[in-house]
Amino acid sequence: MSKSRFVVAKTGDVAPGTSLRVNAGGRDIALFNVSGEFFALGDRCPHESGSLCAGKIVGFAEADEPGKYRLVRDGEFVRCPWHGWEFDIRTGKSWCDPEKSRVRAYQTGVAAGSDLVEGPYVAETFKVSVEENYVVIEI
Amino acid sequence: MKLPFKGVIDCDLHLPSPPTTALLPYLPTHWRDQLETRFIHKMNFQLTSYPPNSPLTCREDWRAKKGDGESDLDRLRRQALDPFGVDIAVASLLHGAIALFNEDMAAALCSAVNDFVAHEWLDPEPRLRGSILITGQNTDHAVAEIERLAHDKRFVQVILPVMGDMLPGKRQMWPIYRACERHGLALALHAGSTYRFPTTGSGWPSFQVEDYIANSAGFENAIVSLLSEGVFSECPNLRVICLEGGFGWLPTLIWRLNKEWRGIRQEVPWITRQPGDILRERFRFTLQPVEVPDAALIARIIGHIGSDDLLLFSTDYPHAHFEGVEALPDGLPEALIRKITRDNPLAAYPRLSGGASANQPEKAEQRS
Repeated sequence: MSKSRFVVAKTGDVAPGTSLRVNAGGRDIALFNVSGEFFALGDRCPHESGSLCAGKIVGFAEADEPGKYRLVRDGEFVRCPWHGWEFDIRTGKSWCDPEKSRVRAYQTGVAAGSDLVEGPYVAETFKVSVEENYVVIEI
Repeated sequence: MKLPFKGVIDCDLHLPSPPTTALLPYLPTHWRDQLETRFIHKMNFQLTSYPPNSPLTCREDWRAKKGDGESDLDRLRRQALDPFGVDIAVASLLHGAIALFNEDMAAALCSAVNDFVAHEWLDPEPRLRGSILITGQNTDHAVAEIERLAHDKRFVQVILPVMGDMLPGKRQMWPIYRACERHGLALALHAGSTYRFPTTGSGWPSFQVEDYIANSAGFENAIVSLLSEGVFSECPNLRVICLEGGFGWLPTLIWRLNKEWRGIRQEVPWITRQPGDILRERFRFTLQPVEVPDAALIARIIGHIGSDDLLLFSTDYPHAHFEGVEALPDGLPEALIRKITRDNPLAAYPRLSGGASANQPEKAEQRS
């Protein structure tokens, strides 16, 4: 089955360091802007279905030894608001259990409105303007 | 049920606490003088955890009979070593010295107890192994005592009460664990408390039964503390033997550790794999007092734990947990009995697997 591409937001709708809940093809999707890069995860924690969009966007705590704390990859993890499970925004993988606990990660892209007017894209919720850039998700 | 074969390793056996006068020859002259001058040598230094006349403290048929002339050593051989076919017994002498507020006197008495054990028990009875008694309140003293005795390979572990003056994972305690690891000594946590703090999180209980059962929670607290504080990041080869704390509560502890770790991992980022996995690797648990006297339930618990490496046979002599020589729960399969009475203990104690035992056997050599 070939993938469909959905236009889900204007790039300006999701500021760097924030997330936005969008819907594409009937799915709730958490759209993240990490320093200008866009990532899309299913908006549903695999644990108890908490909304990752409502989760805090955080870094990853590491330690070379007990008591030596370090926060790395700041802004690249989301912590589920319900029980604190951490997911890598880039991959959807849970850090603690990357094989069994992961959320679906969708391919994203940015396209100019002028291209979208032509293309095989589905814009479900808003009109595309040729002057703007849009986030596109493949499902 | 009885042990189906001889040659077992008893990982928790208690030596009787001697009258303090018997320790005087093992004390430096200053402390001998202090004890006599202050009449402290008339005290028996019994720990509150084991009131001498409590039914739990000693099985009735194992109590010494006044005037029968039998030595403590002969009684131990007759009651605890010979009838169970014991090859090796890891013995401890739980002495009240560990709870003294005077750190120097506590250390001197611990040393005296250790030397007493070496000379009065380990020298004449080659089946016995010893536990280095230390006081956890002063780590300098504790480390010095470990260093002093480390050359004597008959001591296979360092022993602390599970509920001491602080949670055992605290960094202040780490020099003790580094010394254990350095010398291939296991760290033994034994049921009991120094009673600086109540044995429950809500104050003092009223009855001994509450204290005794509170040890299960005490062990859980100690294990969570050792894991969370990162002791096994610092000392990855440290082996912890939990004595007389049971094991029926392990499945839920492992589940909960792993589950909570997912949510609050960032608080303890040095834990980089499931804490339950670290627990399975580093902790071992003695059999008696076994909470579930049924082989089917034990099999289920072992299944939940996910490993049959963790249990170590013990009689917990002379504490009263079973009658006669029925030291095993009924119906245990022989393969499991072999594992908990031989293979697991040999693998658990670095100093047993390292061939410290002269009378031990081809099996130990095969494993190495």
